[in-house]
Amino acid sequence: MSFFARFAQNRGALVGLVILLLMIAMAVLAPVLFPESPWRMVQRPFLPPFSQEGFLLGTDTMGRNVAAGLMHGAWVSLLIGLVSTCVALLIGVPLGAIAGYYGGLVDDALMRFTEFFQTIPNFALAIVLVAIMQPSVTSIVLAIAIVSWPPVARLVRAEFMSLRNREYVEAARLVGQSNSTIILRQILPNTLSPIIVLASLMVATAILLESALSFLGLGDPNVMSWGYMIGAARTVIRQAWWLSFFPGLAILLTVLALNLVGEGLDDALNPKLSRER
Amino acid sequence: MKTPLALAITAAALALSTAATAQEPQRGGTIDTIIQPEPPGLVLGMIQNAPTRTVAGNIYEGLLRYTTDLEPMPQLAESWEVSDDGRTYTFHLREDVTWHDGEPFTADDVVFSADVFHRELNPSARAVLQHVESIEATDDHTVVFTLTEPFGPFLISFEAGTFTMVPEHLYAGTDFRNNEHNDHPIGTGPFKFANWERGTVIELVKNDDYYEEGLPYLDGVNWHVIPDGGSRAVAFENGTIDVLPSGTVENFDIPRLSAMDNVCMTEEGHEYFSPFAMLWMNNREGPTADKRFRQAVMYAMDREFAKDVLWNGLGNVPLSAFGSNARFQHDDLEPYDHNPERARELLDEMGYDGEEITILPLPYGETWTRWAEAVQQNLREVGINVSTQATDVGGWNQRLGDWDYDLAFTYLYQYGDPALGISRTYLSDNIAKGSPWNNVEGYENERVDELFNAAATAFPDEEREALYLEVQEILHEDVPVGWLMELGFPTLYRCDVKNLVTSGVGVNDGFKDAWLDR
Repeated sequence: MSFFARFAQNRGALVGLVILLLMIAMAVLAPVLFPESPWRMVQRPFLPPFSQEGFLLGTDTMGRNVAAGLMHGAWVSLLIGLVSTCVALLIGVPLGAIAGYYGGLVDDALMRFTEFFQTIPNFALAIVLVAIMQPSVTSIVLAIAIVSWPPVARLVRAEFMSLRNREYVEAARLVGQSNSTIILRQILPNTLSPIIVLASLMVATAILLESALSFLGLGDPNVMSWGYMIGAARTVIRQAWWLSFFPGLAILLTVLALNLVGEGLDDALNPKLSRER
Repeated sequence: MKTPLALAITAAALALSTAATAQEPQRGGTIDTIIQPEPPGLVLGMIQNAPTRTVAGNIYEGLLRYTTDLEPMPQLAESWEVSDDGRTYTFHLREDVTWHDGEPFTADDVVFSADVFHRELNPSARAVLQHVESIEATDDHTVVFTLTEPFGPFLISFEAGTFTMVPEHLYAGTDFRNNEHNDHPIGTGPFKFANWERGTVIELVKNDDYYEEGLPYLDGVNWHVIPDGGSRAVAFENGTIDVLPSGTVENFDIPRLSAMDNVCMTEEGHEYFSPFAMLWMNNREGPTADKRFRQAVMYAMDREFAKDVLWNGLGNVPLSAFGSNARFQHDDLEPYDHNPERARELLDEMGYDGEEITILPLPYGETWTRWAEAVQQNLREVGINVSTQATDVGGWNQRLGDWDYDLAFTYLYQYGDPALGISRTYLSDNIAKGSPWNNVEGYENERVDELFNAAATAFPDEEREALYLEVQEILHEDVPVGWLMELGFPTLYRCDVKNLVTSGVGVNDGFKDAWLDR
């Protein structure tokens, strides 16, 4: 059974994939459909949704087009989700691999270091980091990466510990392959499937983290993101529900989609573990 | 020429106003209002911050009060004279005034308050007192201030919050800051301090021995402390609170609250402070050092939009450096209207190369953040490469104090006279690192210095006016800072609270005349 067929067996995952593709399409098409800046004040403020042509989702407190903000925001949210996950993997995977492969003192040292990060509440640390570095896309990506790599390191370490004494690793050692070659060429490829599944869930968490930071006013003040839209609309929620509803819905759908896709990937990559259907 | 219609309207208006004044004030009742944030103490002069002024302005009094046009009214001084050379001010005090503890109020209290108490404790009074050579009580109810040279804003400096009268018999010879009476302030005002439950409420009760016949009408005023903005709005909505002094609810709640039944709003009562929102522009370096760039910024901004959308239509878009409540305002300058074309021309003319500049918003809440977004968008639309840097209050203070910014939002009080609230922003000897309140933009112009300094000590007012008009023309051309808006600071109240705002400091001394129509 092909990879995709296994993936598609999970109906939820298929739905998730479709939603995710839609979000990506939104992000990619944003500059085509709304070439003007989403910050531009284009109509009178507080226009309700579906009330005027060209402003399908209405306008916000300053007369900016909500639909334009939503589409440009998709780009920001997905970009930050993906990039920060990649950065987190770049930190977590090598640390976990080295700790798991070498064991002993190296493992102890690296794991204590990891625990140091794990004991601080994620969100609190992210707020502090962004506040210190000044809110910008770069600082937000870094902050999210710094708070989300420890689980990766833990996972990779566990995988490496279980694989490092397998026969094919010992064979590689016998033929004189160096440690780095063994780590990169022999073991790492065999740990990829749990990493991919974890990564897909991390993208979802990263999007939530970014939204929460922007909601608190710690987003990059120069880019329109979903969290910012909700944060700015919070104060007028009694007058204008649509300002928080649509970006909220977008966040909900995207995070849900990523979780569903992650589950589908899990089924597809680990067919033996997958539940009976 | 008056048409019959205009005559009819005038007649109707007259009839209405007589009807309104004919309504007999009722006695009794207690008003519940808000103080935000809770003041650190209530002794004016020792503590200068806004909530202290608001509560204690009803306990303490100054020699004078000011109308909403900032004309002096009698208070503790029933009359005053200014000598022909503008150097001697004689105040005749009321003779029937007693402190809340029963002691009579005399000229010695004035001399002690001005010459000892405020000179030691109060920086804003000190700024005025440096022009004062001597203060003498010539008899029990006459005080003479002799100035070293004429000082234009002298007569507007006697507002209770700036220059309050404190009792000599309780403070003389003591350690002012640790005086036992600080916890139970004794003033001459219409209300006496009754009780302060920290974190909950400050209660003032009627001063039965008040010297103005029949005043106050109210039995008391309770100042409630409610730390959360949303809860304050709800307390007003559900009727617990009768009066919301300006600044006690979030800006975005005002349209909703003011639309309620039996709720009135007034923009009067802040003329003395008249907060003026400005855009600092760094005159030292970068594109903002070029006058044409600064003018382009003025033309690029849609200030009317900011007023209508962000400030609910309250406030006023100023022509230039002097706001509408400042004296000696020049009203014949070409306004910096929203004109993106003109902005682009100016940028072309100076050869702006797209160098990136940053905006530092004022971290005082949502409205200021939105405002920075709107200005950023305005500037981008004329081709200025601009980005925003978010900071907290500490960061904002530090960046401005270190001159590490291109454009930054702020607002400053005008204090009724250009020599008190306006010149400080433009005088070159007011350039000093470390403070976000002085000449932060780094503007230096000898002629402007000359004019401002001459105008502060010129006498009489006609002389001052000529100098101030010239200075406004220069500033209008140079645009040392961006003049954004004179902010409207509305007071919301139940319509059955009558006669609430009767002076240029609003509720800070307004409960004296207020009464309840219930």
